[in-house]
Amino acid sequence: MLLSRFAESLYWAGRYLERAEATARLVRVHTELYLDLPRAAGVGWSPLLAVTGAGEEFLDRHTGPEEDDVVAFLAIDPKNRGSVLASIAQARMSLQLSRVLLPTASFEVVNKLHDWAAANPAAAIDRRTRLAWMDEVIERCQLMAGSLAGTMCDDEAYGFLQIGRYLERADMTIRVLDVQAAVLVGQPGEDAGGEPYHDVTWMSVLRSLAAHQMFRRSEGGQGGGVPGPAAVRFLLREERFPRSVEFCLASTARTLGALPRAALPLASCARVRARLRDLRPADLDAPGELHELADDLESGVGALHDVLTQTYFRLVAAPPAMVEPA
Amino acid sequence: MPARDRRRYAAGPAAPGGAPAGPAIDQAARPAPSGVGWDAYRSPGFFDEMLVGGGARAACAGVLGYLAALGDDLLERQRAAELAIKAMGITFAVYDDADNRDRSWPFDVIPRVISTQEWSAISAGLVQRLTALNMFIDDLYGSARVVADGVLPREVLASSKNFRPQCVGVRPPGGIWAHVCGSDLVRDRDGTVYVLEDNLRVPSGVSYMLENRLITKRVFADLFRDLDIHPVDSYPNRLHAMLAALSPRGADWPTIVLLSPGAYNSAYFEHVFLARQMGAHLVEGGDLMVDTDDCVYLRTVSGPVRVDVVYRRIDDLWLDPEAFRPDSMVGVPGLIRAWRAGNVAIANAPGAGVADDKVIYSYVPDLIRYYLGEEPKIANVPTYLCHDDTARRHVLANLDELVVKPANESGGMGVFVGSFASRAEKELMRARIEADPRNHIAQPILALSTAPTLRDGRVVPRHLDLRPFILSGERPYVTQGGLTRVALTEGSLVVNSSQGGGSKDTWVLDPTVLGVRPNGTDDG
Repeated sequence: MLLSRFAESLYWAGRYLERAEATARLVRVHTELYLDLPRAAGVGWSPLLAVTGAGEEFLDRHTGPEEDDVVAFLAIDPKNRGSVLASIAQARMSLQLSRVLLPTASFEVVNKLHDWAAANPAAAIDRRTRLAWMDEVIERCQLMAGSLAGTMCDDEAYGFLQIGRYLERADMTIRVLDVQAAVLVGQPGEDAGGEPYHDVTWMSVLRSLAAHQMFRRSEGGQGGGVPGPAAVRFLLREERFPRSVEFCLASTARTLGALPRAALPLASCARVRARLRDLRPADLDAPGELHELADDLESGVGALHDVLTQTYFRLVAAPPAMVEPA
Repeated sequence: MPARDRRRYAAGPAAPGGAPAGPAIDQAARPAPSGVGWDAYRSPGFFDEMLVGGGARAACAGVLGYLAALGDDLLERQRAAELAIKAMGITFAVYDDADNRDRSWPFDVIPRVISTQEWSAISAGLVQRLTALNMFIDDLYGSARVVADGVLPREVLASSKNFRPQCVGVRPPGGIWAHVCGSDLVRDRDGTVYVLEDNLRVPSGVSYMLENRLITKRVFADLFRDLDIHPVDSYPNRLHAMLAALSPRGADWPTIVLLSPGAYNSAYFEHVFLARQMGAHLVEGGDLMVDTDDCVYLRTVSGPVRVDVVYRRIDDLWLDPEAFRPDSMVGVPGLIRAWRAGNVAIANAPGAGVADDKVIYSYVPDLIRYYLGEEPKIANVPTYLCHDDTARRHVLANLDELVVKPANESGGMGVFVGSFASRAEKELMRARIEADPRNHIAQPILALSTAPTLRDGRVVPRHLDLRPFILSGERPYVTQGGLTRVALTEGSLVVNSSQGGGSKDTWVLDPTVLGVRPNGTDDG
């Protein structure tokens, strides 16, 4: 019997751990792309702000998307709750609240992760050390995931951690598709005389979701450019790839299946998966359609979050009996 | 005559107390067989718990012989104990040090010993006291016979800060309000044991009593085999059984929760410890809700789960914003409503703290006579009530020789010791008493007993007290001994761990069974 308070803090711990890792990967991959492409390619830093949904907040405090400012904002800014460092801090705080349920060694991993990241904030900005900083965050987040998976009972508590992780991951994949892939799908490939750097950019999108290698393997090792619709399909529906939207939702459904009172969350989860299953070809190669699909998925995942909150975290007493006004 | 050794193990101020530091002796010339200085140990002017005139008290002979034979190895045992405390993560929280909020529990490895014979008399006295106190509280919130009969003056009750009108008319099961009590005992110069105060609200410290025993069992494993030391570890089971018996539904497996104010409370370590030991849910206010059926529910992912018993470690006033302080963030709205409806048991019952009032304390001997028709088995410290004109004149004229306490504080807050006070402090106290005589009491300064304690590598006398825990249920239970707290600073009477106090394990043992073991080993 798991207290709602613990379930909620574990769920958020899962989300924030995943967010820290995903944001670090995003910054890392974008930095590489930026360094690869000539100035004329016009790659800027605003797409990163768009993916994380924090563009307005950033512009409130900065004049324009300068590299150092954007990276600082996404990596170490304590005021940006989605920054890597703030996510790690919130994950640690959430785990602290439910510490009685965790293996001690796992708690120490997140503690060390936080202390390390907080002690080296400048290294996240400097181009010479940035990639290593992001790699270290990613590695330590993976260590945390492994520590939990390897030592914690697969019980309700672990279930909420995992659901938090899956939903955050699905959310990130959808956001990347919406902002970055949607631009690319409408363009002809380089082979077809289209934009230069089209392929490089596509590879970068896949890499920012750690999907490039696995996508290539699933394509049977064909050379040449990245076929846009196939890549989008892979990120949305590849049931064996752990960062695809379908994989995350299927895993969420499986985890929910072991939890009590899961009917409403399961129904909500099934609705999002139905939208994924009924894709039309146009959804995958027309920018406008892809945007619409991403919006649908995004709000579907949001609705699932709300149902989870209502079902498990926010139990309220029945409202007091209505009293007739005198 | 054994060699006197004056070797010091740590730099620092000269070892005070019975063992004068004296001039250093060339250590190469004379190796030290026993560096901790047992033979020089004296505690002049005080009752010492272990030694009298340089020899062991009857109950302590076995323990002292063993400890003395350890020689310098005693220091190793102390270090082993400190390592064990670190490894076991036994901490207490201090509020005034943000960087080091959880500190290791300060522990002295030399146990405090009490004979079974003396302890059974003290136990009986505590049971007597709690029986009367529970009858008193039940009476106060019922027909208040004690006031009508003129035993307790009406104005004392009317002005009691911890009397809760919200509790009038409630009849908890068995008429018991103070289910868990931690009474502080002290021993004066002549050996008499007094109750210094009763803690009937949310007494803490029992987990440290249990942990202290785990430590000494590690460190003195050989002694436990040879001496008849009474075990203490049944306390969590007894607490659980007492709480379970309160369940209003009478289920076999009642849902019991330990309601804590949260991780920032200084006793949180104990809350976690007891909840784990009992298999109870450790909850905070937000985890509970009271529904329109006036039942208390636990918020779980499986839905609301009915709660039968709340072992609360939150003070009355913060328990329920509906009934008490509306600004409480740690309480449960409606909890008192559910309790009054008989749908949930609360231990200790709200309002039980009325008897913590130090003015009411002074009436306890009368209450024992009134309710039980017996003479008190344990003495009360003589107490001057400042609202009485004659008593107040006496107090104001003799501040130097008295302890003055606010009537309704706990944890040693606001205690004034006349012999240690400056002129300005005395003037301030005088003004306070005159401004609010009802809330001040005075007592003679007791010469608290001492016990040998390791400081800087030597055994020196330090003052101590004892907090046994008493469970009141169908069958009362008193811990074997309790939590011994020791003032680590020379001459200090302050035993609170937040103010430089430490603790010792307390061994209740039967000296008469010593040496009658069939294969009795001579541990000389």
